[in-house]
Amino acid sequence: MQLEAKNISFRYSPKQPWILKNFDFTVNSSEKVALVAPSGYGKSTLALLLSGYLRPVSGEILLDGQPLPDKNCICPVQLIYQHPEKAINPRWRLRKVLEESGQLNNDLIASLGIEPAWLDRFPRELSGGELQRFCVARALISEVKFLICDEISTMLDVITQAQIWNKILEQAEERDIGIIAVTHNMELAKRISTRIFDMTK
Amino acid sequence: MKEPLLEVVDLSVSFKMYDSLLERKELKVISDLSLTLYPNEVLAVAGSSGSGKSLLASAILGLLPPHAKIGGKMYYQGRRLTPALQKELRGSQLALVPQSISYLDPLMKIGKQVDGHKKPHPASDRIKLFEHLGLPKGTEKLYPFQLSGGMARRVLVSTAILSSANIIIADEPTPGMSLEQSIEALSMFRQMADSGKAVILITHDIDLAFQFADRIAVFYAGTTVETASSEDFRTGPSALRHPYSKALWNALPQNGFVPLPGFQPYAGDLPQGCPFSPRCPMSTPECQKTMPPTQKIRGGEVRCIYAT
Repeated sequence: MQLEAKNISFRYSPKQPWILKNFDFTVNSSEKVALVAPSGYGKSTLALLLSGYLRPVSGEILLDGQPLPDKNCICPVQLIYQHPEKAINPRWRLRKVLEESGQLNNDLIASLGIEPAWLDRFPRELSGGELQRFCVARALISEVKFLICDEISTMLDVITQAQIWNKILEQAEERDIGIIAVTHNMELAKRISTRIFDMTK
Repeated sequence: MKEPLLEVVDLSVSFKMYDSLLERKELKVISDLSLTLYPNEVLAVAGSSGSGKSLLASAILGLLPPHAKIGGKMYYQGRRLTPALQKELRGSQLALVPQSISYLDPLMKIGKQVDGHKKPHPASDRIKLFEHLGLPKGTEKLYPFQLSGGMARRVLVSTAILSSANIIIADEPTPGMSLEQSIEALSMFRQMADSGKAVILITHDIDLAFQFADRIAVFYAGTTVETASSEDFRTGPSALRHPYSKALWNALPQNGFVPLPGFQPYAGDLPQGCPFSPRCPMSTPECQKTMPPTQKIRGGEVRCIYAT
C-alpha cells in the first residue's frame, strides 16, 4: 500500500501564512519514515493532514490512489499523539476506550504491558507512559495500514520509550504497517526508521 | 569540601486521600530521599515518569498542595527551609522552569511577563537573551497562545535565566525544542552554574544530561537509587552501580534500545524491600526484606545491596 500527499498546500486560515506549500510526500507500507525538522516547520500539521483530521486547502491525500475514507468509518491511517492524556476521554474507563475501537484483543494488550487491572481505571489514575500504551493498542486495529506517531515518546522515560517502540516495530513488521514518526531525537530516528525525511530540504 | 547550597535530608511526601467514603489513607509518593546541591553544579534528575521528580521540585519551592504531608529536613545555605523562608526565597533565590507551558499567563504579553512587574532587569537584557535563544523579533508583543510549543519553552527558560536566583530548578525544559535549541538552553544553565549558581535539571533527555550535568541522580518509585558523576554515565554500565541506572543506559536508542520488561510499582502499592526488585534481573529473597540503605561506592551513592 501507498500513502501519498500530492502537491498539497495548507494554512489554518486565509490570514495566516502557508504552512505547507506544494508539498509532496510518499510512503509505502513496507517503510518506516522518520520526519525531522525544527519546530514550526509543519510536522504536526502534516501528521494531521495525512491522517485525515485536517483537509488540505489544495492538493490531495491518497491511499493507494484513492482519497482517504470519510468520517464515520474506520480509517486505515491512524494517528498517535504526543499527549496521551489529551487523546483519551477523561470520563471513560480505559476498558471503554479500547472497546470503542473494537480493540479488546487480549494478546496485544498483554504484549504492550497493559495490566488487566488498568482497564477498570480512569485516565487520570494512570501515568503518561501507561496511557500511551492504550493509545498504541487503540491505533493498532486490524484495519490499520499506516501508523503516524507524532512525538509519541518525548514525555516518556527511555525504558518506556524502548518498550513502546519495540512493540510498534514488531507489529509493523508482522502486519506490514507503514510507520511515519515525527521526532526531534536523531538517535531515535536512526534506530526506528528505514528512511529519514528532512522537511527543510 | 564546599558548603552545600541546598541539602535535602530524608525527605518524604505523602498525600491524604479518601479511600472510600469516610476512610482516609496516606499515599506516600516520596520516601527517604536525600540530595545535596553544591555551588557551580548542575545536578540532573532522571528516572521513570511518576517517580516523584516534579514533586521534589514542588517540595523544595514549597508549592505542594495543602493536603500534602512533608517529612524530613531541607536546608538552604545551612538555614532550615521553612514555609516562611521558602516564600521569601521563591522567585528571588529559587527559580522554577515549570514543566507545563500552561504556566504562562494567557492574558499577558510575553515581554511584560518575562520582565516581571517589578522590572528588576533592563529590557535590553531580555532582548539580548531572546536573540540568543533564537526567539524571533516581536515575540515580546505576542500572547502565549500565539507561540509554538518550542517557543513557549524558551520563554519559560528565559524567565529563569533573567532572574538572579541562586538555584534554578528546571523541570523538563527541553521537550519540543530541536537539538540545537536544547543544547543552547542547557549551555546557558551550564554557564549560570559556572558563575557560582546551581541548577537542578529534571529531564528525560538523559543523553543531553550526560553532556551538561556534573552529577546525575536517578529516581525510581519516589526515591534516589543512584547518584553518580556524569562521567560514569558517559562510560556506560560498567561504571554504573544500580541495575536500574544500567537499564536506563541500555534503553537509549544509541545504546541498544533494550526495553526492560515490567513497570514501576504504584505509590501505595510498593513491594516490600527494594522497590526495583520485581523488575531486577539480579533480585534475590534478600532484596525483598528491607529497603536497601544508601552506600557510598566508587565516589557515587547507591541503594542496592549487590552494587559493586
